[in-house]
Order: sequence, then structure tokens, then C-alpha cells
Amino acid sequence: MIEVEDVYFRYPNGVEALKGVSLTIKNGEFVAIMGQNGAGKTTLVKHFNGLLKPTKGRVLVDEAETTKVSVATLARKVGFVFQNPDHQLFCETAEEEIAFALKNFGFKETIIKRRVQWALNLLGLTQYKKISPFMLSGGERKRVALASVLAWNPKILILDEPTIGQDYQQKEKLRQFILQMKTQRKTVIIVTHDVEFVAECNPRVVLMREGKIVADGEAKEILTNEEVLTQASIVPPQIAQIFMQMPSLQLPKNIIDVYEAREILLKMLRSDAK
Amino acid sequence: MPVIETKNLTYTYPGGTKPSISDVSIKIKKGEFALITGPSGCGKTTLCRCFNGLIPHFYQGELKGEIKVTGLNILENPIYEMAKHVGLVFQNPENQLFALSVEKDVAFGLENLGVPREEIRKRVNWTLNLTGIYDLRERAPHELSGGQQQRVAIASILAMQPEVMVLDEPTSFLDPLSAKKIFKVIYELNKKLGITVVLVEHRLDLTARYADHIIVMDDGKVVLDGEPREILSSEEARLIGIGIPKATRLYHILKKDGVKLSNTVPLSSDEMANLLKEALKVHD
Amino acid sequence: MSVFDGLKFRRVYSPIHNLDPRIKFIYVLAIFVIAIIFWELIPLIVLFIIQIPFVVLAGVKREWLRSMRGGAFLASIIFVTNFVVAYFAGRGLAESLENAIALTLRFIVLIESFSIFFLTTSPDHLGLALEQTGMPYEFCFAFTTAVRFVPVLAEEAQTIMDAQKARGLELERGNFLKRIRNYIPILIPLIVSAIRRSLELAEAMESRAWGATKKRTNLYVLKIHKNDFFLIVITIGILATAIFIRLYVPIPSLNQLLKGIF
Repeated sequence: MIEVEDVYFRYPNGVEALKGVSLTIKNGEFVAIMGQNGAGKTTLVKHFNGLLKPTKGRVLVDEAETTKVSVATLARKVGFVFQNPDHQLFCETAEEEIAFALKNFGFKETIIKRRVQWALNLLGLTQYKKISPFMLSGGERKRVALASVLAWNPKILILDEPTIGQDYQQKEKLRQFILQMKTQRKTVIIVTHDVEFVAECNPRVVLMREGKIVADGEAKEILTNEEVLTQASIVPPQIAQIFMQMPSLQLPKNIIDVYEAREILLKMLRSDAK
Repeated sequence: MPVIETKNLTYTYPGGTKPSISDVSIKIKKGEFALITGPSGCGKTTLCRCFNGLIPHFYQGELKGEIKVTGLNILENPIYEMAKHVGLVFQNPENQLFALSVEKDVAFGLENLGVPREEIRKRVNWTLNLTGIYDLRERAPHELSGGQQQRVAIASILAMQPEVMVLDEPTSFLDPLSAKKIFKVIYELNKKLGITVVLVEHRLDLTARYADHIIVMDDGKVVLDGEPREILSSEEARLIGIGIPKATRLYHILKKDGVKLSNTVPLSSDEMANLLKEALKVHD
Repeated sequence: MSVFDGLKFRRVYSPIHNLDPRIKFIYVLAIFVIAIIFWELIPLIVLFIIQIPFVVLAGVKREWLRSMRGGAFLASIIFVTNFVVAYFAGRGLAESLENAIALTLRFIVLIESFSIFFLTTSPDHLGLALEQTGMPYEFCFAFTTAVRFVPVLAEEAQTIMDAQKARGLELERGNFLKRIRNYIPILIPLIVSAIRRSLELAEAMESRAWGATKKRTNLYVLKIHKNDFFLIVITIGILATAIFIRLYVPIPSLNQLLKGIF
């Protein structure tokens, strides 16, 4: 469980990136933190594994305050996958890359072997285990980076902008993967401004703007609330936009899924035909 | 006469074992807004690099087939000659700005061409106004947001007054609102100045509505090429897994269910909402 | 982060910032020469004081003080060694002290004038000045591009460090050799990304007609304005006075002066 209590954060250069954020994320939750670039999303999640410490307020991970534990200790619980895989890949083979963190955490050799196998397999990378990550395509590098974090099986997983530069199929695979994590009762936190992706996953959405949380709730409630979306400079998902443009029909407002939209429209269109 | 024309274009990077694009034959007409899409690694970026001669002049490698851009054979013209006719905007705005101020960056291409100073000043101001960044002209690149940086990159190409502008996923690092604004700028340049636009994009939900022409690539080949409404309705497009706009998807799902909707396939939420209103006979 | 913040250039306007860097450089050289030809305390004090209006006019007091503080350590070494050497060579206490202060002040005057130059000259201007003094364009371009990318790379290094820490890397762990090895997971991604970045930059440069003509033009041009003219006059004035004093006027030491008064 992550508890954020009235956290303020100021960078050394004076920029105040968080201005009083309070938030609780329970075990097994799937949360999307959304907002414009510069709203403080990444700054917030960097507090979850202790990379940043609050200037004021406190952050608790499983009841332990992050200022009292090292990043390495917190990282065992909180896996953080950065936006750009090239900022972490450095080993000669994908296999070594995945073993890196396990060695840092002092796992035994036999366990490391097993875990590496498991992670490679989970993300469909087994055929690349002896290949240099630098030879792989962008999408594959992203998967190696993900595998290198999953390997130590953290109970909380943070993905920073996982869909940037990904094509439709890669996003679909990512969605499947997150759902799989969810069934294993893992906490998954994604930082993103990809509304269509969030609309398809339907997680809890935390909307940020200028270092503050402006809305928090179910995706279909938040992503259809024009007022808060405008505040956070987020464009509503397309299905929501369609519904917003037909106010006189008194349609239910909280629709972001294509198939839900279909059900409602079919009913209307058919009753209309009669 | 097409502005861009390729015939059986095949290219292999130096040291590559298989061609990155093969047998590409396309025509893009003057003034068109063309959209190139397809899964990652399908050869879109490689094709873009051919349009101003980065391939083969910069990348070397083996280029076969024919390619003419604005009537010029890229094999016979150096990149700086092609740069006067074709502008390329890349994915990462950070790596295409070199100068310490916005206006200096916008002037960079013209300086390289040896354009007289008074003329540079005139064109720089014209471009800054057109792209809405005149107020930022003295800022340093690190003082700008990603969206502003990409506008500068577009302006710096525009200042060279090319006939064709090629943009390779120009918004993938931007948030949707900034992306939307960038696409609008591009669309206006296309409509107002008649610049031919070739846009490489995954985000069809934001761009399909602007396109006159869509080219879908997969595994180095052109698999679909034609009118957007037709392409985005095709079963092939869905199977390749390009991100078909949700409005278009909804239209087809309803059609399949036997709902009577007009035959013009919608590409945006506005168009879809209008179709539905028409079908339900409501007026908002 | 904070260490690199100092490298972020910012455009500031002041009469001093707007001066032609070439003229400013000549001024710095003149001060340099004067500081070298005097070893007496009084003229060096004068030299130190006459530069203060420049700092005030440019509005860079805080930055200037910071750079002076940066030189403090070296200055104290210069002071101590000169004092000790002179004292043990048998010169009186007062004389040794004055001599050591003078030599330290000479060093401080040098820092003072150089910091005025660098604090009030934007890298942009400096690149332009280099270009217009006939430096090959490629060199000037490399200079300004390097300045442009320093903050970017610094930020990137920070991100990479965070990414590896998140994978359990502890930089402070182990003995000296181990600690150096700890930096490999940071250096490799940094180098790889710099290479990738430079390739992208090259591509973008080519696409903007890099190397199209030998006769490259420039949006900006440095012109001598009224203020620059002023600075030339001031510089020549100070230099001429200094040379005249050096040649024809005997300079009393502070000790002698004080003795004369009391």
C-alpha cells in the first residue's frame, strides 16, 4: 500500500513540482496517473520508490516512511520501469540485463537463473537471451527493460509512459500484460497521457495539474467529465467526444468503451425505427 | 504530375541482411495531405529518409528502383539541394534544434544556403508569425516545452519554403493537446500555403480527418494505398493492427448490426456524431 | 542538478551584456597587462575598484561574488606562500605583508576581469564573435552546440542514474575500485545515447542544407555601437595612464605612505 500525505516537492533549482498531494493506493489496484507534461506525474511516482524525498509531508510504502529506507530496499517492493529503455540498458546480452538487478539485490545464483528464464518467457524474449539489447528493435528493448524489473517480482509496478512511440499492436500486448498482472493481485501504476489507452484499460484515474491532484476516480467517470479534463488539458477519448456532442439525446454520460456505446446506440436506434 | 513518385524502390542499410523497404511504388500529388502508417519497424522512417536523399547520400547502403521528388532525381542531387524542396521534421524535437535561440534555429537552413541577411530576417519573422511562436523568438531551447520545441522544428523547415514537408511521428513525445495543436498547424500550412504534407503517424484518431491519402506499410512493403475512408474501412487495415479511430470502429460495428447510417465513413468524433444525429433525426 | 544549473545560459540585457565581445575581450587583456606590470599595492587596489561599476551595471553581483568566492582558496594559497617566502628572506613584517597582499590582489583582479567577461557574454555572442574574427564556422558551431547540449546531457545523466538506482544499483557501495565500476551502468547508456543523439543531429543538419555553400550568411552580425566605442576609449585611457605612471611616476608603498601621514 502506498500512502502519500500532503506532499510538497521542490527541485533544487526552485521549481515546485508538487504542491500538497495526498493519495492512497491500495494493494492490487490499477491506477493511471494522467495530466499534461510538467503536471508533476513523474515527480510524484519517483516518490514511491524513494528516488525523490518530499520537501514537506510524507510518503509511506507498506507503512514504512520512504525517508527512512534506502532506494535499494524500497526497489525490492516497488519496481519502476522508465520511459526510455535506452536509459537503463547497458549489458552485453538480454539475459545479463535481466540478471543485473537480481545480482544487486543479492539473490542466489540458482534463483537468478530461474528468475531470468521466467521473465524472458513471460515477455516472449527467450529467443533473444544471448543477443545484445542494442541490436533489438525499440519495442523489444522496451520489453527487455520491463523484464529486467519484473524479474525480482516486485509487488508494486510503476510504468512511466509505457505507450510512447508504441504502435497499436504493441499497446494491445501491453494491455494484456497489465491485465495479467492485475489477476496476480499486483499493484500497477502507469503514468501516461494516452487517453485512448486508458479508456481501453479502464483503471482508476488520478488527474494532475500543476503539482496538484484535480480529480480521482474511475476512468469512465473522469474521462467523461469535461470540466476537469479541460482543467488538466486532456482531450477526452473519442467515444466520449461523440456522446458529448449529442446532449439533447440524454445519453448516459460515462461511456468510453466502443462496445458499451454500441449497446446504448443500438437500443436507441432500434426503438427509433419502431 | 506527382510531387513524389517512386517505382519499385528497394533499400538495404549497410550491413543489413534484408531490405528495409522493398518494391515500394507510390505517387503523392501536389498539395496532398498524405498519411503513412503501419506497425513499428514497417519501413516508414526508412521511406521518409529517401524523400530528401538522406538515403542513400547520408546512410549509404544499396538503393534500387526509381525515386523522383519535386521532379528531381535524388541520386543526382546532394541533400542540401533537395533540402530546398523537401523539409524533414523528425520525431524527437530536442535533437533537431542546435542554436541557443529560437530565431537563430529558424534561420539555420537559410544561413547554410547563403541567403542575404535582410532576406533571412524577413523570412524568419514571417515563419515565426505563421507558426505562432514569434513571442518565443529569443528563448533558448531548454526553456521551451516539447510542443513548443516541435513548433520551432517545423518553423525552421518552413523558413526554407519547401514544396514538400515530411514529418516523421512529430508528436510521439507530446501530450494529446500539444499534439492536436501541432497537427492543426500542419493542416493549416497544407491548406493555406499549398505545401504537400507527408505525415508518418500511429495516432490515426487525431490525424485521419486531415488526410487526403493514406498509405499503409507492413514489413517493408506498401499493403494499402488510397482514400482514407476506404482504407480505414477495410478488413486488411484491421488485421494489420493499425490504430483505427474509435469513431470509425463504432460506425462499422453499428453497420454490421444492420443500423442504417449514411455511407460516408466517419474519421472523427464530429463526423460520427453528425451521422448519428442524422440517423436519430435530432438537431443540436 | 544544481551543479549544472550554472551552465544554463540565460539571455539578459544590460549595457555591459550588449557590448561587443571582441571589445570586451580587448578590455580584459588590457587589465591583464596592467595587473602584470604593477606589483605595488596601491595601483592594484585602484584597478580592483575601477572594475566594480561594470559589475553593478551588468547586474551580475551575485554571480560575480560567487566566482570570486570560487577563487578564494587559490588566493589564500598565493597569499600564504608569498608572505612566508618574503618573511623568511628577511624582509620586514610590514613589507612582506604588503607584498603578499599586492600579489594576491593581482590574482583577484585577473579573476575579476575574466569573470566580468564570461558572466556578461552569452555563449551565442561568443560564438558569433569567434566566427567574425575568422574562426572556421565548424568550430564555432561545435562550440555553441556543445553549450546547448550540456544541460540536456546533465539531465539525461540524472535520469539514467535514477533508472539504475531503481534496479538496486548502489553507487556508494564497496571499495574504491568497486565504486568506479558502479558507474559503468551509467556511463554506457549515456555514451550510447550521446552517439544516437549525434547521429540524429547530423541527420537534422543535413536536412537543413548543411554545407550547401562556402559563403554562409548569418542572421546576426556584430556591429560596433556607441557603448563599444566608449569602452575602447576607457580601455585606452586606463592603459595609457597605467603605462605613464609605470614609466614616470614613483609609486610609494602603503607602508611609506602611512609613515608619512603619522
